[in-house]
Amino acid sequence: MSGALSRLPRPALALFCLAALLCLGRFILPDGLMRLPEPLILPFARWINTAFAFLRDDLGLMVVTRAISDAVEFCLDVTANLLYGKSRWPMLGPIPWVVIAATMGMAGYVLAGWRLALLSAGTFVWIAVMGQWKWAMETLSVIVVAAPFSVLLGILAGTLAWRFRRVERVMNPILNIAQSLPHFAYMIPVVVFIGVGPKAGAIVTIIFSVPPMIRMTLLGLRAVPPEIIESGKMSGTTKWQLMRSVRIPAARTELLIGINQVIMQSLAMVVLASFIGMPGLGQKLLNLLQSLKIGLSVEIGITIVLLAVVLDRLSKAWALKQPEHLTAGASWMVRNRHLLIWLGLCAAGFALAALHPYFAVVERKQALTLAGPIDAGVDGFIRLVTPLTDWLRWFLITWVLIPLRDGFLWLPFSAVLAFLAGLGWLVGGARSALICLAFILPIALSGWWDRAMITVYTVTVAVVIALLIGLPLGVWAAGRPARASRFILICDTLQTFPSFIYLIPVVMLFGVNDVAVIAAVMVFATVPILRFTIEGLRGVPAETIEAAAMSGAGPRQVLWHVKLPLAVPTLVIGANQSIMFALFMVIIAAFIGTQDLGQEMQRALSSTDVGKGLVLGFAVAFMGLMADHLLLTWAAGRRKKLGAAQSAA
Amino acid sequence: MAQDKSVISCKNVWKVFGDHPAQLAGRLGPDTTMEELRASGHIAAVRNVSLDIARGEMLVVMGLSGSGKSTLIRCLARLIDITSGAITVEGRDLGAMTETELIDLRRRKMGMVFQSFGLLPHRTALENVAFPLEMRGQDRISRIARASEMLNLVGLGGREGYFPRELSGGQQQRVGIARSLAVEPDIWFLDEPFSALDPLIRREMQDEFLRLKAMMAKTIVFITHDFDEALRLADRIAIMKDGAVEQIDTPERIVMAPATPYVAKFTSAVDRARVVHAGALALPVSGRSVEGTALPATETLHTLARRILQDDRPMIPVSGADGRISGVIDRAAALDLLLGPAA
Repeated sequence: MSGALSRLPRPALALFCLAALLCLGRFILPDGLMRLPEPLILPFARWINTAFAFLRDDLGLMVVTRAISDAVEFCLDVTANLLYGKSRWPMLGPIPWVVIAATMGMAGYVLAGWRLALLSAGTFVWIAVMGQWKWAMETLSVIVVAAPFSVLLGILAGTLAWRFRRVERVMNPILNIAQSLPHFAYMIPVVVFIGVGPKAGAIVTIIFSVPPMIRMTLLGLRAVPPEIIESGKMSGTTKWQLMRSVRIPAARTELLIGINQVIMQSLAMVVLASFIGMPGLGQKLLNLLQSLKIGLSVEIGITIVLLAVVLDRLSKAWALKQPEHLTAGASWMVRNRHLLIWLGLCAAGFALAALHPYFAVVERKQALTLAGPIDAGVDGFIRLVTPLTDWLRWFLITWVLIPLRDGFLWLPFSAVLAFLAGLGWLVGGARSALICLAFILPIALSGWWDRAMITVYTVTVAVVIALLIGLPLGVWAAGRPARASRFILICDTLQTFPSFIYLIPVVMLFGVNDVAVIAAVMVFATVPILRFTIEGLRGVPAETIEAAAMSGAGPRQVLWHVKLPLAVPTLVIGANQSIMFALFMVIIAAFIGTQDLGQEMQRALSSTDVGKGLVLGFAVAFMGLMADHLLLTWAAGRRKKLGAAQSAA
Repeated sequence: MAQDKSVISCKNVWKVFGDHPAQLAGRLGPDTTMEELRASGHIAAVRNVSLDIARGEMLVVMGLSGSGKSTLIRCLARLIDITSGAITVEGRDLGAMTETELIDLRRRKMGMVFQSFGLLPHRTALENVAFPLEMRGQDRISRIARASEMLNLVGLGGREGYFPRELSGGQQQRVGIARSLAVEPDIWFLDEPFSALDPLIRREMQDEFLRLKAMMAKTIVFITHDFDEALRLADRIAIMKDGAVEQIDTPERIVMAPATPYVAKFTSAVDRARVVHAGALALPVSGRSVEGTALPATETLHTLARRILQDDRPMIPVSGADGRISGVIDRAAALDLLLGPAA
């Protein structure tokens, strides 16, 4: 042990000792080292509010945002009219649900064949038959408007960043922060500038889903092979021709994956936008969960999950679809047969809707419901497991959660600072130590230290449990190739679900309390660690494993001495994503009752306090970015070492 | 080679990569060493290259990877700008051309074939070949006609509607060749066009290339790292090392009279008999009696091997293209070259 200690770099060791001393000396040290003294706390929130007031009132930014939001509202009205018959121009809708289901089915068929066709048509049939058509269409009408806006903005910004190094250098840190800001932090400024309702929901969705598109555009344009660009130049293209006919089409796959991410982000956000008065599936689910109507919320949950899976599969299939040649001299009928079939299906749908109103709109009283049986089943199940869950809840709260939380709160802030700086030094020297301090010090300065420590405690507990479950499960799953692919598929599917969905089962099992929050965060955080464990283990080169086997290592030895050490960098990336997911989830879970930053953020949302909301948002983002920096720097160093060892061998 | 006859001419061309190559531009001279450059954080990819390529000539630039040959061809096409020196194409200074002039030059005069084909993955074979025509604004009907004609020429008739990923490597490179020839360029650049192909396909494509080359009179710059390929195809070969041209000469002279030890090492494994022509070995007649059948000067010793073996005269006469005796070959020397020096 002492050997391990003496191998630590001196400054890191000194910082750890300082942290330990500060903890031990807790009773004799001045209060100023426990918590930052009041006069030193900086009024970030007031500054931000002043800045926003200046933007809004003096610069007249309000006029601009109103103009943008009016344009968005016009588009929203058109889709609302077409999808669920809101009485707005062009007064054509609602399109009968059979036609939409047929259209989606056809899209599935063209992109990926029969199975996807059945899945996507089936989803829309389910939505209609279950009487959720209007809510689902309210949700979809926002996505249909928001996603194209995001894609266009993303391509524009991504192209600028690609073209001008300076733009990229400014945009990169902004994107890093934007992608670790919790959903709610986006909503508050939008409420200030736009108000509440579908319009605000659409705009917050657009803003939230732009970053991945920017990144994928940049990535795609960078990844075009130089020879393709040179061949374009040698074909005598002008700059504009090169962009339009060579670069953008050659980046097709990355751009389409960007579109896939935009759609999934939009769905996640639009469901959450129910907090700012966005009607649709999210609002329905929120109301039902708050009144603990489990059966009905499961129905809505199934719909959201099905929609997520269908949208994900369709857009991914589009991205992966490769062009195929047609037989030479095919007739117009053959070349356009998909279009013709679709037109035929639509005509049949309209005819069906005209024959019987059921095929146009399913009335509320005609709708099927599974709520009764689900409620009965869940009740039975709950009654069965209640003794267990009650005991678990009691045990966890009394013996684990409360002591741990008190422990986190007991720590002097100065000790935490010293410890994190030491950790930073250990990983990446003085630079990393300073970066860690730069992330954690503003949280102390903002005066939200206690709330932040509760968030840290929740995330820590949840991620530790997630690791305890995810790692062994991943090791087991990676044991056989077939099992591994099955698990990866499940993880992929789980990751497409909007985070909100994870609250349904935990509320069902544990009710509304700390344990439920931790359970939700834990489940959400297990998915990435499981996924990356499997990928890390599978990514170990077969030759290395064969070499170990030929050296006479048994399966267990191969796992411990070869596979796991080589998979560590990947595992760390998984853990990193776990922490990010946990931070997102813990904030969303606030509405089932926590005392952390998330709860304060919800308060800021309901009182539309931009300053407070953004300060809290940045606090969460900084925690995530610090963890990100620590883990990724360590993993990079580790990978370098492995790479060096491999090339030396 | 006379200046006025050359299509492409390079004068002391340097291409330097690094921190601030522009600052170096004035200071680069024939005796600037690699060490000096490296000390200032630069690397020279092309070093003081001067060469002239005549109309209709085929120059093969040959060297190991990293010798600067790919950079050189990109300088000739101005895909990258040179650091110092001058390149003229048909008498016009390439570096002084505006963007518009350069685009115009590429649309009418230049075609290029790439090592990994550089095809546009979202366009069919036909659309790929028609791409340069589309870019210069040619109308749809005529460009499709021209593109199908080119595809037929390279033996891909019937595959017009295929996408690049549906074609084999050799077929993809045929599309690349057809595309580069679609605008009927005078200057044809080929950057290791067959290196990414299997040996059998490579041979087939070389034959195809020779067939196409014979059909049209073009000035060709061909890059390869394969010496056999260079010997098979070239009028002249330029051998590059560390960015500089070590020797530029006919294949025969490269083999028989290497200018530097590096070139000598490079050519040591080559079967000389396949390269050297009877004419190159011939000595002046100078009063010797020359009777009987003569060997044609333009054939390689390899093709004449059987005749040299069976001919027991110590001095065998050689006849030029006009049928007149132009010299004699020392049979022993010829046998040495064919079979290796006597033990």
